[in-house]
Amino acid sequence: MGIAVIDVRKSFGDFAALRDVSVAIPEGSLTALLGPSGSGKSTLLRVIAGLESPDSGQVLIGDEDVTAQPARDRGVGMVFQHYAAFKHMTVYDNVAFGLTIRKRPKAEIAKRVHELLELVQLEGLAKRYPAQLSGGQRQRMALARALAVEPSVLLLDEPFGALDARVRQELRAWLRRLHEEVHVTTIIVTHDQEEAMEVAGQIVVLNEGRVEQVGSPRDLYEQPANEFVMSFVGPVNRLGDTFVRPHDVELLLEPDAGCSEAMVERVVHLGFEVRVELVRDDGHHLTAQLTQEQAQLLELERGQIVYVRPSRETVFSGAARPRDLPQSG
Amino acid sequence: MSRYLLRFTALGYVAFLLLVPVGFVFYRAFGDGLGHAWDAVTTDRAIHALELTLMLTAIAVPANTIVGIILALMLVRTRFRGRGLLNAVVDLPLALSPVVVGLALYLLYGRGGWLGGLAERGVHVLFAFPGMLLATMFVSLPFVVREVVPVLREIGTEQEQAAETLGARPFQVFRRVTFPAIRWAVAYGVVLTTARCIGEFGAVSIVSGRIEGKTETLPIYVQSQYAFDFDTSGAYAASVVLALIAIATVVLLRVFQPKEEVL
Repeated sequence: MGIAVIDVRKSFGDFAALRDVSVAIPEGSLTALLGPSGSGKSTLLRVIAGLESPDSGQVLIGDEDVTAQPARDRGVGMVFQHYAAFKHMTVYDNVAFGLTIRKRPKAEIAKRVHELLELVQLEGLAKRYPAQLSGGQRQRMALARALAVEPSVLLLDEPFGALDARVRQELRAWLRRLHEEVHVTTIIVTHDQEEAMEVAGQIVVLNEGRVEQVGSPRDLYEQPANEFVMSFVGPVNRLGDTFVRPHDVELLLEPDAGCSEAMVERVVHLGFEVRVELVRDDGHHLTAQLTQEQAQLLELERGQIVYVRPSRETVFSGAARPRDLPQSG
Repeated sequence: MSRYLLRFTALGYVAFLLLVPVGFVFYRAFGDGLGHAWDAVTTDRAIHALELTLMLTAIAVPANTIVGIILALMLVRTRFRGRGLLNAVVDLPLALSPVVVGLALYLLYGRGGWLGGLAERGVHVLFAFPGMLLATMFVSLPFVVREVVPVLREIGTEQEQAAETLGARPFQVFRRVTFPAIRWAVAYGVVLTTARCIGEFGAVSIVSGRIEGKTETLPIYVQSQYAFDFDTSGAYAASVVLALIAIATVVLLRVFQPKEEVL
């Protein structure tokens, strides 16, 4: 089911966690709530789950106003950052929990739990306790547990935040495939823009309790609504009032039209990508992103003088509009 | 070398402070022969004292366990005005000498006390079972609370919230998630509470009036035997009964406790 959040406000004491937030989540979508810590993204998720009640505003799941409903009646499945595994129960009992509460027949529960364990690739671990699982396995168990009750909405609160980088990478790809299979409306909270862009079809960028922009990963990257979104969804160089992505910085060995002089401060090799840190003659620091091939052709060294030119830059003045600059050479 | 010295000091300390005195009681209890010790603890008076002590314990322990769990949940899971005060008040029985507790109850329910009028209406608190129960419950209140509070803090609220989103009602959350997580803390609290109830002397001694065969608990009986009746081996024998009950409670806990969860 789709979700609508309408004019929601929530404060904790003096701290305004959400200020008039309105968001529409289309049915069947995978949406990321993206923002730095303290932006209100987790609070928004918890308001949707019913674990926090908003000071004002409404939450609709499907066509139903659920604002006054407790979490247990909302039909949501929730996955927490630190797994929230029931430590004294086996994997089987963890996954079966919601069905046991609903007093489903034993045979039906057993069938459903085994289906789900297969779905999350934990068959054979049913009798283990959470303490005997790895972090990634625990989180998949938590996901199976949330899916067991056939929720109309799946809510994931920084689900991969406590895992190491490689497992996180695997689970993202796995979540994407799972969503294509199960197709339940899913919201994932993350502070990692790369994760949001990789996993989600729609991203809601939050900052200081407000929605900054809603759009597809590509929209946000190519048409950021403001400075905050521009700098949050990817690395950016700020040169006075203009913003330039590192991959839009052109490096030349000879001076040319529209170029300014800069000195190479550091060259960082990151495999396919090479990052060049520069300082321009007006004192601005900037980073250029090159491919390994480009870097090899330029034979850059520390202290070398080069000429830099943005191939595309963005200026925010009320309405933002990136402009493509004419290229020569 | 210093490691052995440290170990020797610690063990020596425990032996000198705890094991030697208790061992001596056992030794002296059977000093006049097993028969004498058995006779001393099977008199009507001794059996009545034991029954009274067990009765007080049987009521005070479940009451303080249930209230203790509720208080712990309130202190950890809710925010309200006066929470800090409640937290301090719960510790009062630990800080206050039992004699003071006894005296307070004595004054409250005695002639001229705020609740002194109860006796005139036929409700006898002092020198009777109700007063002794109040004193026992007072001194043994903090143990379950103090054992459960840190465990509740440590497990956090995520598991409970997960259960809630899965459809569990508040009591189901408690029964299926919260309680299993705190059960060993509760069990340990129960052992400490039981030990305190069985051993309580000061407060009960004051409010009971120490009426032989009526309001005499086992610890009071021990002291009477020793101080007034000069039957030292009888006192030792009764002490052994007290010590055995305490040891049995601790052993029971260890037997039922799964190995990986040893406190």
